[in-house]
Amino acid sequence: MLADIDILQILIISLSAMVPISLAAIGEIFGERAGVINIGLEGILLSSALISVFFAEMTSSPWIGLVAGVGIGVLLGMLHGLVCVYWRGDHIISGVGINLLGAGLISYGLIAIWNIPGQHVVPDAARMPDIPTPSGGISYLTILTVLLAIVAFYVINRTKLGLRVSVVGEHPRAADVAGVNVEATRFWATTLGSGLAGLGGAFMALDWFGVLVNELAAGRGFIALATVVFSKLNPLLALVGGLIFGFFDSLSVWVSSSSAIKEAVPWQIINTLPYVVTLLVVAGAIGRARFPSKLGEPYRRE
Amino acid sequence: MLAPVGLSLFAALVGLLGGAVAMLIWGYDPIEGYGALFDYVFGGLFDAEFGNEWGLYDTLGAAVPLVLTGLTFAIGIRGGVFNIGAEGQVYAGAVATVAASLFVLPPGVHHLVAMAFGMIAGAAWALPVSLLKVTRGVHEVISTIMLNRIALFLGMYVMTHFLANPDRAYQSIKAAGSAQFPAIMPGTSLTAGALVPVLVAAIIYFLLSRTTFGYQLRVVGYNAIAARYAGMSQAKTVNATFWLGGMTAGLAGSLMIIGGPPGYALTTDMSTVTNLGFNGIGVALIGRNHPIGVIFAALFFAALNVGGRSMDIASDVPQEMVMVIQGVIIVVLAAPELLRIIRGALRGRQLDDEEGA
Repeated sequence: MLADIDILQILIISLSAMVPISLAAIGEIFGERAGVINIGLEGILLSSALISVFFAEMTSSPWIGLVAGVGIGVLLGMLHGLVCVYWRGDHIISGVGINLLGAGLISYGLIAIWNIPGQHVVPDAARMPDIPTPSGGISYLTILTVLLAIVAFYVINRTKLGLRVSVVGEHPRAADVAGVNVEATRFWATTLGSGLAGLGGAFMALDWFGVLVNELAAGRGFIALATVVFSKLNPLLALVGGLIFGFFDSLSVWVSSSSAIKEAVPWQIINTLPYVVTLLVVAGAIGRARFPSKLGEPYRRE
Repeated sequence: MLAPVGLSLFAALVGLLGGAVAMLIWGYDPIEGYGALFDYVFGGLFDAEFGNEWGLYDTLGAAVPLVLTGLTFAIGIRGGVFNIGAEGQVYAGAVATVAASLFVLPPGVHHLVAMAFGMIAGAAWALPVSLLKVTRGVHEVISTIMLNRIALFLGMYVMTHFLANPDRAYQSIKAAGSAQFPAIMPGTSLTAGALVPVLVAAIIYFLLSRTTFGYQLRVVGYNAIAARYAGMSQAKTVNATFWLGGMTAGLAGSLMIIGGPPGYALTTDMSTVTNLGFNGIGVALIGRNHPIGVIFAALFFAALNVGGRSMDIASDVPQEMVMVIQGVIIVVLAAPELLRIIRGALRGRQLDDEEGA
């Protein structure tokens, strides 16, 4: 039974599963450092999956689809930024709304555009090409995700921009006095974060799965939030976290194709794995995590 | 009192406008769509002939679980926590109720036992959330969503392996007759069980506004909202908040089974009870987290859901559009200052930062 387990294959699926989680988590790290929580990542993943496929099919170009996916992420991020930063709204409630909006958009779009309630298979012309290996394709976006994590780490820890983002979340008053525009910095940080989540959603639809379904995100937006906690707001650890969660995610994908294991353990039980692991990891990690002091609080000038 | 109602009405209006935009973008006629939606719900009232009020009864029936899941979120907000785990707590309650309907008991007693099972299961499913929050500082937004997903798959597992109906594919065994609430209007989803959420809302109202417990809850709520992430939590109140919320959500799942004609059963993919918990969040927000407000908001959401199904058939507009409306409503409700900004703009006055504070 163990003989037909291809370790390399699991690793490659894990790398794919890592991408949406890590991208959304790296983006969310920017937002949370600046003081904005966005629990609407799940809704952004769903919206961008829908919009990216729509544009990729219309233009027969997956690249344009990717850009469109990032675009809708940016738009939703701006909406969230507007509500939370400029209108001083509740971050969590705005995120809940974005999640519902995204869930509504994908199920509505599936019927309105393709007239299919269940699932839409993305045609080959609109799918992202992969780098072929004997055990399966590796996505260009996997490599991009790793690079982005490194760039994000550098920007946060070694540049003025990174310092600006962090000080806005930690001591907005001090930042304000120093001439930093608190609102604008927070707004663009959460917008950037949502854009990265948008890239993750487009990846799931155009590259990894190649299908659109209502349940495409399957809680990955929230696993990304857990990854942010696990990472202690460090983008490199968000990459590691994404890979760990991606591994358990891929186990359920992989098991569904292996009849031997399917008989031994019911698929429903295997499917709970990513969520159980997430709970355990967050429970273990959180004691050590420290978040910006003004996270989730609107800033008002005196 | 009037200002919160105003914001809810405003949000509902923006939500309906958002839905209209979504219809226009994809080439549907919003007037036809909304016409079909509201005609089904309210049309019977204006008919000369009596007996055409199916839509209204269905709406009342659909509001039953939403009042209860709305209360779950509302209780949480009062205590300063974001319990978005009603979804999983509903699943737990529904599964436990199917199991409880296996007992042989006289009617009345069986109803109470089945509902008690639902409430205990719902509270039990909320227990890890409060434990993780109090002992490990895990934010409930993450833990509740993970437990929702786990409940979905475990529920499917239990349904297919232990409680499946041998005669009907994809269904659980039917609740025993001695535990069923009879339909008030045959052919609709409205049963005698509809009295339960009204009673529960009254109890919660009393509990929140007339008891020491309710007072404590509010005090902790105000503190915890200010210091949500700083680790401030008064363990006992947080626990009680989750347990109480889990009980009402579990009861919602329970009523979907013993108050769910004609099947009185749970589908093995849990679709009988999905989205009730998530809808409850919107219901609570639009009801301004007040038990009475929650009842009215549940009726509004139920009308959208029930009317949406009919709109799908009568005018081609997909019923999923209703979720878009609900999402827009919640985003608007997140920013209470929006209404003030718009009011200021209407008066032709510039609203500067000082005034916002």
